[in-house]
Amino acid sequence: MTTPTLWIGTRKGAFALRPDRRRRHWTLRGPLFLGHVIQHIVQDPRAPNTLLLGAKTGHLGPTVYRSLDRGRKWLEVSTPPAFRKSESAEAARAVERVFWLTPGHRDQPGVWYAGTSPAGLFRSEDSGSTWAPVSGFNDHPMFPQWAPGWKTPDGELLHSILIDPRDARHIYLAISIGGIFESTDGGSNWAPLNEGVSADFLPDPSVAFGHDPHCVVMHPRNPDRLYQQNHCGIYRLDRPARRWERIGRAMPAKVGDIGFPIVLHPQDPDTAWVLPMDGTSVWPRTSVGGRPAVYRTYNGGKSWQRRDRGLPRSRAWLTVLRQAMCGDLEARSGLYFGTTGGEVWASINGGDSWHCIAQRLPEIHSVTAAVH
Amino acid sequence: MSSVHIASPLRDYTRGAATVAAEGSTVAELLADLERRYPGMRFRMIDEQQRIRPHIRIFVATREIRDLQQPVAPQEPVHLLCALSGG
Repeated sequence: MTTPTLWIGTRKGAFALRPDRRRRHWTLRGPLFLGHVIQHIVQDPRAPNTLLLGAKTGHLGPTVYRSLDRGRKWLEVSTPPAFRKSESAEAARAVERVFWLTPGHRDQPGVWYAGTSPAGLFRSEDSGSTWAPVSGFNDHPMFPQWAPGWKTPDGELLHSILIDPRDARHIYLAISIGGIFESTDGGSNWAPLNEGVSADFLPDPSVAFGHDPHCVVMHPRNPDRLYQQNHCGIYRLDRPARRWERIGRAMPAKVGDIGFPIVLHPQDPDTAWVLPMDGTSVWPRTSVGGRPAVYRTYNGGKSWQRRDRGLPRSRAWLTVLRQAMCGDLEARSGLYFGTTGGEVWASINGGDSWHCIAQRLPEIHSVTAAVH
Repeated sequence: MSSVHIASPLRDYTRGAATVAAEGSTVAELLADLERRYPGMRFRMIDEQQRIRPHIRIFVATREIRDLQQPVAPQEPVHLLCALSGG
């Protein structure tokens, strides 16, 4: 069994955490890119020496860096994601951040997808060296309505790009705010997939799009099983059905079912973890009642168990962003999350107990596991 | 040939040099020459719609430039600056 490297993307640089064999003690490496805004760091499972990293600085525009030696050396790619030049000032979009990175299908080595803010979908066919807009989405006739350029705090984010392991042409993506969209032809055409999802911040809660999926995941062993942590609850969808079921209804009412990340067990499609945050009144997005906890389901969301041993018992208002919680890539029951206050927490027993493995880092945007 | 003063966030591209030489009769031409010499640098300053990024400022001599077609006279110094953008 190998131990993972955790890559930590923060508002002020990148870090890596390496554990000992028992994953009790972790060694912090970094910072890399000190002062750069690091959004997402992702390893290529088809070519584990390759990692990509989405970055910008306070002054400079967005770009992507690539490592071909598991994170030792990084070089900027030659053509970062950029929208096509528009003749219309109204339609003229410029990438402000490379928010999300997804390796492509295993039968398409070198293919990667990127999601940006403002919302845009981009594709690389050379392991991230050059990127081109996915016109089928970015130039779709409905795109100006699906992604009108909402000025949410971090901009309109395209994320959760999911490739069906059975079919490279079958792709899902999410926009926050915009909803979930599906393509069955490799990205040439797209359709919303939001039936059953609440959008209680809109005048018409039954709209076809305009929802706020915070994080969408597909089970690798059962790609028909999707989960999402939404602005308006936790949902499950078993394809080919199209109507999401709000499994967050089974969460304790006092805790609610609002948060950012959702993480799946790598082998069991019925096991998932969420990290609830306060979604009441002005949407504080901090641990409910100042008492952080992870909630786990073993039965696809029919019931949830609180798991908080080792976490602060009170007076701890943690915020964990959508890319800042992950699990082991293999069945080791490791779970990890990073907070906007710069702490990283780990569990090696499926969330039963937790210990803090790093403190005093900058604001954490992402925590991703990589094989070492 | 103009002397181009490079703000510190851009010096990864110039291998640490604070001042480099570039030529062009307009700001656009000068930026294109810089891109040839230091690949990747231009996109960090100018977006894909050919707009100067919000926290970048370009001065020719003491004139702030907002239009990349503005002329650059021979020997005029150019400053590529990063505007203060908080913590």
